[in-house]
Amino acid sequence: MTTSELQFDAPADAVVDGPVLQVEDLHVSFPSESGRVRAVRGLSYHVAPGEVLGIVGESGSGKSVSSLAVMGLLPSSARITGSIKFQGRELIGQNDAELSRIRGRRISMVFQDPLSALTPVFTVGDQIAEAILVHRKVSKQAAAKRAVELLDLVGIPNAVERAKAFPHEFSGGMRQRAVIAMAIANDPDLIIADEPTTALDVTVQAQVLQLLETAQEVTGAGIVIITHDLGVVAGFADRLMVMYAGRAVEKGNVDEIYQQPRMPYTLGLLGSIPRLDVGEKQALVPIKGQPPSLTDLPDGCPFAPRCPMVVDACHTAEPPLMDVDGSVEHAAACIRTNEIAATDAEGAEAAVEIFGAEVAAEPEVARIPREQREIVLGLDNLVKEYPINKGVVFKRRVGTVHAVAGISFDIREGETLGLVGESGCGKTTTLMEILNLQKPMGGEISVLGTKSSEVDGKRRFAIRRDMSVVFQDPMASLDPRLTINDCIAEPMQVHGYSKDEINRRVPELMRLVGLRPEQLSRYPGEFSGGQRQRIGIARALALEPKLVVLDEPVSALDVSIQAGVINLLEELKSKLGLAYLFVAHDLSVVRHIADRVAVMYLGKIIEIGEVDSVFEAPRHPYTQALLSAIPIPDPVKERQRERILLTGDLPSPANPPSGCRFRTRCFLHASLPPEQQRQCIEVEPPRETQAADHEAACHFAQIRQVL
Amino acid sequence: MTVILNEGDAAGTTGAASGGPVDAAPEPGKAMTRGRLVLIRFMRNKLALVGLVVILGMYLMAFVGPLLSKWSYDTQDYTAFLEPPYSEHIFGTDKIGTDMFALTMRGLQKSLIIGLLVALISTTMAAIVGAAAGYFLGVADKALMWVVDLLLVLPSFLIIAILSPWFRGKSWFLLVLMLAAFQWMITARIVRGMTLTLKEREFVKAAKFMGQPARKIIAKHIVPNMASLLIIDATINVGSAVLAETGLSYFGFGVQSPDVSLGTLIGGNAESATTFPWLFLFPAGFLVVFVLAVNWVGDGLRDALDPTSTRVRRKEKKDTKEKAA
Repeated sequence: MTTSELQFDAPADAVVDGPVLQVEDLHVSFPSESGRVRAVRGLSYHVAPGEVLGIVGESGSGKSVSSLAVMGLLPSSARITGSIKFQGRELIGQNDAELSRIRGRRISMVFQDPLSALTPVFTVGDQIAEAILVHRKVSKQAAAKRAVELLDLVGIPNAVERAKAFPHEFSGGMRQRAVIAMAIANDPDLIIADEPTTALDVTVQAQVLQLLETAQEVTGAGIVIITHDLGVVAGFADRLMVMYAGRAVEKGNVDEIYQQPRMPYTLGLLGSIPRLDVGEKQALVPIKGQPPSLTDLPDGCPFAPRCPMVVDACHTAEPPLMDVDGSVEHAAACIRTNEIAATDAEGAEAAVEIFGAEVAAEPEVARIPREQREIVLGLDNLVKEYPINKGVVFKRRVGTVHAVAGISFDIREGETLGLVGESGCGKTTTLMEILNLQKPMGGEISVLGTKSSEVDGKRRFAIRRDMSVVFQDPMASLDPRLTINDCIAEPMQVHGYSKDEINRRVPELMRLVGLRPEQLSRYPGEFSGGQRQRIGIARALALEPKLVVLDEPVSALDVSIQAGVINLLEELKSKLGLAYLFVAHDLSVVRHIADRVAVMYLGKIIEIGEVDSVFEAPRHPYTQALLSAIPIPDPVKERQRERILLTGDLPSPANPPSGCRFRTRCFLHASLPPEQQRQCIEVEPPRETQAADHEAACHFAQIRQVL
Repeated sequence: MTVILNEGDAAGTTGAASGGPVDAAPEPGKAMTRGRLVLIRFMRNKLALVGLVVILGMYLMAFVGPLLSKWSYDTQDYTAFLEPPYSEHIFGTDKIGTDMFALTMRGLQKSLIIGLLVALISTTMAAIVGAAAGYFLGVADKALMWVVDLLLVLPSFLIIAILSPWFRGKSWFLLVLMLAAFQWMITARIVRGMTLTLKEREFVKAAKFMGQPARKIIAKHIVPNMASLLIIDATINVGSAVLAETGLSYFGFGVQSPDVSLGTLIGGNAESATTFPWLFLFPAGFLVVFVLAVNWVGDGLRDALDPTSTRVRRKEKKDTKEKAA
């Protein structure tokens, strides 16, 4: 460790032939109140050196548990049987001390939540150095130096300084980088990444995936990446394993699985993802029902109750993983694989065919030209600032957070506007300003022609009837102590509906959102996330509003359930002629559901317009970067795509850059000659019309295809 | 019947809806409101019903019992001093010949009312003040918390002691109010803290955005979500109110002789517990049964209000997180 060049030595041990990790017939079960939970039931897989294996499945499918078993991190109450061989060495049955020598040294792990993976009381540099010191006999100085090198390697600017920072001073993306630095610190032979990008923004997600790829290149390690999002792994993984109810139901090469899925569950998963690159209305496949309870699984295929292709034979025995299409690599656990193979369609289209998904009809009102429709919500130069105060007794104002810095848009009847942007860009603030209906700090909010600065309490109460909200987290948005009946009835009670009317309308609303009215006396805790979100939607629709504000309504849901909720929203829109303000960070969902889209950056709208126009011909560099960061669930396309990686994180809204706010991260700005750069620095670009119903705020706007 | 949904289960797809409803409506198809459902759940809890019956029985006994007895708490039987229970005096007599049954019943009358009312008033007060301060913040919060802090630093015992001569002969209700006034502050602070977190929950925001007025949000969403805390607080307060009154009586304030309360009886006869046990055991026994019954009712009410309570016996210790993983 004398030169800084020295990064990764060759493995000290003799290179073992064959797979790095070989898992055979792994069973994991936990005790619980209602019997043993069989979380993993007979799982076998292997990872070759330098190979990336993606494990995909819904929450509760046993994907995390199986990888924790490899790490030996399961609690002692877990019963583990089978075989886990790491470089030919059996891991099951080894005691903690022996495992500790392998953990972190040969096998390392990247966790989902980068905040809880770092200790808040030590500096980042110390923590990385600790990872080295535990396993190697090097001096403290050498370890510290190595930590800085590693931070530099994972792309943290000014690594010497940043190594002395504490985790809370890092942004989410930087923390995840630090965690990856720690994971590769000892040149491991296997990296297990458990949902490494789920907690991150899309732009950061792209950076982290890129970094994992780099990490794999420099260490030559095998990678197991666990995710619920088929899009994330499409371009990254070599092989894929789909898990359901604790078993692998399909595995094979990435291309084969995406193009010729042979298990209905994989088909459903593929069909449930809204595609960023599909312009025309795409039918989304919802997988009905819930994953089975792992305590008492019925005989037969565990997917049978949710499967559209179920036949009687499915209930007799659980199908084993069989080779399909004559390929040794590709295997699926379904007795009807041949019939799936017989359909002409490929991938997601086959899913639409088999699951019978439909595109919701256009609402009546959409036929009227946009200009002639009534404006439901109008924002005119809305401003919201928060003071930053210092001092305990005498509060001094030391700064201002410009959360929303003058945004304007309107939503007309029967229209969906998607509001997108990274976290911290002011989406939620905008939403809260709209919902609060108070006089804004600057600008104007008007709902159905009534200006919020001019309304009194009575009028505000009346407006609330026309505007309702669906929140992101279905766990938190329903009062756990109210029955579903009371939850849905509440807005009607507030607005003085008669008892009879409420009693008539509540079951009606339940049916409208696809739930059974018999369940009305239950508490929210007895419903699943998707069902709860439906209840939230029913409550929002109780007063027959004209505008529904949707705050990331599907981002907390599993993909298969997400599709059902999106379909429901579309159907309701066409049935009831609703207008939606749809706030999301997932651009593919927005492409699917929205008519128009507004892209926010640091409290400003930088591009707005008709959804196809913005997605197919994005003018603003930020929109282009955002779009290119979204993975497409198609490995062939995904590998060909050029990715625009944004450097760094969102600047602080307390101190936004002068001129164009995006210039600090802009790749276009960086490529400009100095005199044009000056314009970016000095002049704030106005929003200018670029095409019919398409505006962008960039001095040098030009179309760039990124899909 | 597994309803194990914890915070770790972000998507909420495991566990839920795997079985039938935890509380199947007795009349299917008819949706129930919270009140009815809570009532049904409460009625199912045998122990809570027993507790309720015991409390009601004690009230009946305390007020009807003396009418049936030929002895009164302020008359003495000069033929029987310190007699153990026998047919004439079923609870025995004390050293000046007063019938213990009459005394105990008289004491029970006082203590039942003082205990329950003080607990009810102080917990209600804590809930209202704490929730209002936490919900409205700003000036309301500052003012209310100032009052709370002030009452916390004032020595309550001293104040009641000083005021006691003044309300001697006045309504017993004043004593109840005084006792309640010095019991609610700490709970109010806890309630305020809980309100601050509850206020940020989305269901409270949802209620606000549908136009629900603040006082209704507090009554409908905030206070019920703290029900466990409030009920536990109230049940503890019942016992402590009776004891606080004892303390006062012991020093000659509060309930004055010849009038008695359970507290004065227990305090006065504690030293005779081993020599003349009936003097001590009957009043003490009634107090224990009373507090126990209140606890049962409180537990039942808490379970009835808490939708996650399943009352399943635990077979194996388990970590819910494992299951969600």
